[in-house]
Amino acid sequence: MDFLRPASWEEALAAKAEHPTAVPIAGGTDVMVEINFDHRRPDVLLDLNRIGELHDWEVGEDTVRLGASVSYTRIIENLRSVLPGLATASHTVASPQIRNRGGVGGNLGCASPAGDAHPALLASGCEVEVASVRGTRMIPIDEFYVGVKRNALAPDELIRAIHLPRADGPQQFSKVGTRNAMVIAVCAFGIALHPSTRTVRTGIGSAAPTPIRAKAAEEFLAAALEEGGFWDNGKIIPPAVARQFAELVSGAANPIDDVRGSASYRRHALGVMARRTLGWTWDEYRGNERSARCA
Amino acid sequence: MAGTTRTPTNLTQGAKADAGIGASTLRPDGTLKVTGEFAYSSDMWHEDMLWGFTLRSPHAHARILSVDTSDALAQAGVYAVLTHDDLPTEHKKYGLEFTDTPVLADGVVRHHGEPVALVAADHPETARRAAAKIKVEYEELPVVHDEASALAEDAPLLHPGRDDHHAHEVPHPNIVHRQPIIRGDANAAARRADVIVTGEYEVGMQDQAFLGPESGLAVPGEDGGVDLYVATQWLHSDLRQIAPVLGLPEEKVRMTLSGVGGAFGGREDLSMQIHACLLALRTGKPVKIVYNRFESFFGHVHRHPAKLWYEHGATRDGKLTHMKCRIVLDGGAYASASPAVVGNASSLSVGPYVIEDVEIEAVALYTNNPPCGAMRGFGAVQACFAYEAQMDKVAAELGMDPVEFRQLNAMTQGTIMPTGQVVDSPAPVAELLRRVKALPLPPENQWESAGQTADVRALPGGLSNTTHGEGVVRGVGYAVGIKNVGFSEGFDDYSTARVRLEVVAGEPVATVHTAMAEVGQGGVTVHAQIARTELGVQQVTIHPADTQVGSAGSTSASRQTYMTGGAVKNTCEAVRDKALQLGRRRFGTFHPAWATAELLLEGGKVVTDGGEVLADLADVLGDDVVDLELEFRHRPTEAFDIVTGQGFGHVQYSFAAHRAVVEVDTELGLVKVVELACAQDVGKALNPLSVVGQIQGGTTQGLGLAVMEEIIVDPKSKVRNPSFTDYLIPTILDTPTIPVDVLELADDHAPYGLRGIGEAPTLSSTPAVVSAIRAATGLALKRVPVRPEHITGV
Ligand SMILES: Cc1cc2nc3c(=O)[nH]c(=O)nc-3n(C[C@H](O)[C@H](O)[C@H](O)COP(=O)(O)OP(=O)(O)OC[C@H]3O[C@@H](n4cnc5c(N)ncnc54)[C@H](O)[C@@H]3O)c2cc1C
Repeated sequence: MDFLRPASWEEALAAKAEHPTAVPIAGGTDVMVEINFDHRRPDVLLDLNRIGELHDWEVGEDTVRLGASVSYTRIIENLRSVLPGLATASHTVASPQIRNRGGVGGNLGCASPAGDAHPALLASGCEVEVASVRGTRMIPIDEFYVGVKRNALAPDELIRAIHLPRADGPQQFSKVGTRNAMVIAVCAFGIALHPSTRTVRTGIGSAAPTPIRAKAAEEFLAAALEEGGFWDNGKIIPPAVARQFAELVSGAANPIDDVRGSASYRRHALGVMARRTLGWTWDEYRGNERSARCA
Repeated sequence: MAGTTRTPTNLTQGAKADAGIGASTLRPDGTLKVTGEFAYSSDMWHEDMLWGFTLRSPHAHARILSVDTSDALAQAGVYAVLTHDDLPTEHKKYGLEFTDTPVLADGVVRHHGEPVALVAADHPETARRAAAKIKVEYEELPVVHDEASALAEDAPLLHPGRDDHHAHEVPHPNIVHRQPIIRGDANAAARRADVIVTGEYEVGMQDQAFLGPESGLAVPGEDGGVDLYVATQWLHSDLRQIAPVLGLPEEKVRMTLSGVGGAFGGREDLSMQIHACLLALRTGKPVKIVYNRFESFFGHVHRHPAKLWYEHGATRDGKLTHMKCRIVLDGGAYASASPAVVGNASSLSVGPYVIEDVEIEAVALYTNNPPCGAMRGFGAVQACFAYEAQMDKVAAELGMDPVEFRQLNAMTQGTIMPTGQVVDSPAPVAELLRRVKALPLPPENQWESAGQTADVRALPGGLSNTTHGEGVVRGVGYAVGIKNVGFSEGFDDYSTARVRLEVVAGEPVATVHTAMAEVGQGGVTVHAQIARTELGVQQVTIHPADTQVGSAGSTSASRQTYMTGGAVKNTCEAVRDKALQLGRRRFGTFHPAWATAELLLEGGKVVTDGGEVLADLADVLGDDVVDLELEFRHRPTEAFDIVTGQGFGHVQYSFAAHRAVVEVDTELGLVKVVELACAQDVGKALNPLSVVGQIQGGTTQGLGLAVMEEIIVDPKSKVRNPSFTDYLIPTILDTPTIPVDVLELADDHAPYGLRGIGEAPTLSSTPAVVSAIRAATGLALKRVPVRPEHITGV
């Protein structure tokens, strides 16, 4: 096995172009497990850890540019106010040791339906900046997951950064596991309210072959909020609307039975999480509106 | 060779190390383990060492049509490939109770993961890849996976032509052992009952989940023998099983304990021991075998899954009238400890209650499921889950408080067990319940923090952020259990200790040598405390555990402090007598008290019971060395009658009670155990800190069985979750506050009056948690582990 350690982004892209089968390694919390269990035997490992910029982030006016290797710990510590959904999701990943190493680039690289970043990324409506010696392109997150553990990267491409809109409203993330920490999701749900566009976005994890959005639920809720003037009057969302939203989230899922849980439980749990996280985000939105009006 | 491994036994003791029994002496291995410096058996290394690898069956039941090892042998770096045909003697099987387990599969594989072939190579990866090149042709056979398929008319027999000691008395050859117990007349007593409550319960397959995987190093000796360094629970039992297969006399198989990373029963059976020795003897080189986590799930036996049927009757005023039960344990493909587990399950199936009229039956099956055997609690865990569920159910039927109902029926000293055995030492069952009940309840809504968002760590779901209080209901539940201590049913259960007393650099020093496996229970700490107490010396050296001294029996059945601790005490007393004889010879004429007074060794001196100092121990010993090796036995027990189950079967009983406080997210079915209080009678706490550690550990393992730990076996008898990704054990966020209340009521039959403590807390923890979940949800919950689906009903 060859072990390449490019010192710069350009060198990394050149190496990947030369060795398209090379497996990038960032925190290694997925790659090393696969190698140790012999699920994967790469000819070439491409170590990205010397490339400093992958560990940097930049908070702009409207977006946050998150380097692919920024660890979950850093996200939790530094980006909670601008990326609350992703920060909450990051806190549910594994244990402190893993969170110190692993990051969103690796989660996207794996594109496992159980990756905890995905529901938050889908709900935020981010774009993934990928590059190769051929150039750079931005992949909208909605087009990123193309199959079970498959993403939209070409063989010579690497993930450089994720461009996330700064939260313009409350965001939440919730995941069910049968242990109170350090657990792979049985299913997970992310929601982001976008008051600036008066839309709602969602993300579902571990309940379909890929991470998905519950689009019908989003559209239903946006219409219901609009119709009732809720964005302006800040009233409590009627239970019937929350229930319908929850049902549509459940319906969007396409789960399976496995050792972690049954398909029907996953559907049920998604509905509960959808209803609760909608309640939490909406409460927060109303609270913010009220204090904004008072000020 | 000694340099390749450091064990707790050859480390100098740290602070607070010079105290006798009753003190919380710190463990010599504690700091090393916490800082990651402790050398486990998997850390051993030897120059020129080869690595062994085991090829295992992908099928649960199949005929082996052919095995072709030529490609594997042809691979560079491979030194040997062994199959069943290469075994050197006619002894090709081993086993704890029956000799029924093939060293390597003998034409048939009977469970998923059964060893088929071995490879030795100069690199672990080479060995693994070579093993993948071994071509094994299988013809799959139908599997036996539950009672119905095991006892069906045309059921395949797991072991046709059985010749073990239970073979002639079992009703079916796929039943490993059956133990009925009949006492009184349950049917007649049932007519006195005002209420009759029945229930059907199920316990899933729990794994010991020790953190240090199976591993060891075999070094061929110049005399044609072998030195084996291994993590095990019982060196001499291993030796008895290994030597015949190798065709060596026992003295040519020299075993030394290496660092053990937990056991909980899972190291009572052999794993890689014989395999490493075979490869070492074949290649003439040291061979190391280390299982990885995945393989470890196939490398040891598990806790028997069980189905249990119970019937209890009671009068209106709350007295139990009778009990009937049937317990079916799945023993898997090989017997392991199943017969003894059956004995425990049946004899302890009544629980710590007075019921005079009983009809009990326990059986273990042979199936194609993973072999099951010893695990902390050993048959008593399964029964306790069921009878405690029944106690709640009967109390509810009578409209009584579940604790008062238990107390009303609690056994005491003098109670007659269903086996006819009189409980002849304290049995403070009602008092233990009173103590856990009297504790203040933890405050409600602990997740609320003034004005802030909820602290999710204190809620069901924890960091996963599933609730901020929605759907959360608190429940409280109680349970109490009874466990036997030591090996039962007439087994000649003994421990050996060798103690040497001599003067080194002017100081009297004691060396304690036993074959006791230190698996984390703290035995080495306690042995030094005992030697200090009995011999009045400060310096005690604990010799590494090996087979150069007599057997210490198993580190299981909560027995080691009682048994090998008892052996150390016993030998120390004999050594003290010898030393005093020396003293009388040397100094007897100087002071009349040498002849008349009761003499003790204290603080390095010979003193009278009145406290007068007669001599320095160093002067008494001079250049003499007192060195004795003695065996220690507990009082004898008897086998249970095979028809009536009557017999003085157990050495000692041990009791613990729990109160569980849980919070359940009733909509998502997630559970947070908030507090799990335990009260236990320990007879005498030789090391109070270790006692609390054992109780908290056992309690947590019981919690694991209650809400998450299960090996999932599919209908084709294949293991679905052999990894820590999907076999979940409690993290620190799942582990509640565990207040511990220790009672010390001496058992006059035992050394220092002590009671074995390691297992009892594992029993009542599980039913207490489930009782609390039932209280929170109103659900019947008949199976552990309780899964979210059981609570949500979807
Ligand atoms: C004990 C344990 C618990 C875990 N628990 C969780 C959990 O609760 N939730 C969860 O979501 N995950 C969990 N994981 C998985 C893992 O930690 C995460 O997926 C993490 O985000 C991976 O990040 P990494 O930097 O370590 O990735 P790596 O292992 O370095 O890489 C992962 C994949 O991404 C590719 N990759 C990495 N960087 C790039 C890049 N810049 N461009 C292109 N491809 C790239 C790699 O080639 C590889 O295929 C757990 C892992 C372990 C070991």
